[in-house]
Amino acid sequence: MPLDQSFVGRSYPPTEPYLVGREKIREFARAIGLTEREYHDPEAARAIGYADVIAPPTFPIIFTMASSHAQIVEDPVLGIDYSRVVHGEQRFVYARPVRAGDELVTTVTVENIRQAAGNDMITSRSDVRTTDGEYVVTAYSTLVARGTA
Amino acid sequence: MNPTYEDVQVGDELPPATFPIARATLVRYAGASLDFNPIHWNERFARSVGLPDVIAHGMLTMAEAVRVVTDWVGDPGAVREYGVRFSRPVVVPDDDAGAQLTITGKVTDKRADGTVVVTLTAHSGEEKVLGLARATVALR
Repeated sequence: MPLDQSFVGRSYPPTEPYLVGREKIREFARAIGLTEREYHDPEAARAIGYADVIAPPTFPIIFTMASSHAQIVEDPVLGIDYSRVVHGEQRFVYARPVRAGDELVTTVTVENIRQAAGNDMITSRSDVRTTDGEYVVTAYSTLVARGTA
Repeated sequence: MNPTYEDVQVGDELPPATFPIARATLVRYAGASLDFNPIHWNERFARSVGLPDVIAHGMLTMAEAVRVVTDWVGDPGAVREYGVRFSRPVVVPDDDAGAQLTITGKVTDKRADGTVVVTLTAHSGEEKVLGLARATVALR
């Protein structure tokens, strides 16, 4: 059964803050093979204008995917069949890079629901701000539920 | 020498790069990203859902592809927007070599606001694995 279009525009309550750790950034950078010093060395990051080590561009997936998953994918009323879900598209729009020490709160909204070729496609928008209200990044994720529409 | 807005022109090609993705890479990325979907490490499970073998995390491919851009521009914080479509999976065989991800980038737009758009291609072998892969970058 196709997903309910009336969910488009629905926002979920803001998440608990995610504290960005210096070691988590280093771990994530190493996993991708990134050796550039701005991801590892606070002094090197300061030298190019950042208060602490900065995160690689795709780092926000860690907490934005977790929150959109917990809120949208596991919304029992919406009823997505996760066993059929693949990641279709991903996009980030940045005000600035995430950096160590950020405490980030994510607000998830259902941006779009559409059907194509028998698949349901749902796009979530995750707006990320610091606990002080500074806007940092928005992540758009499109999940495809194969053969459910 | 990093590119400047003045010097960069539409059509400029970025230095291409190849990144190996082995099974060990996937295990490491799973732990770092907290994405433990078994299609990325369990061959039996991957085949049971119709995949040819274990596949790489799309987000790992996305992370590697933008390295061509951040290496070129010098400051990862210059990336203003970055998006991709995951058009085909990167299949990662259980051998020492794994998959080879080859990335190219070309400047396809230069905007009045001081940014340029880089369009990326990503191939694993002959397969094109990303579509609509574009990064918008602020240059000085």
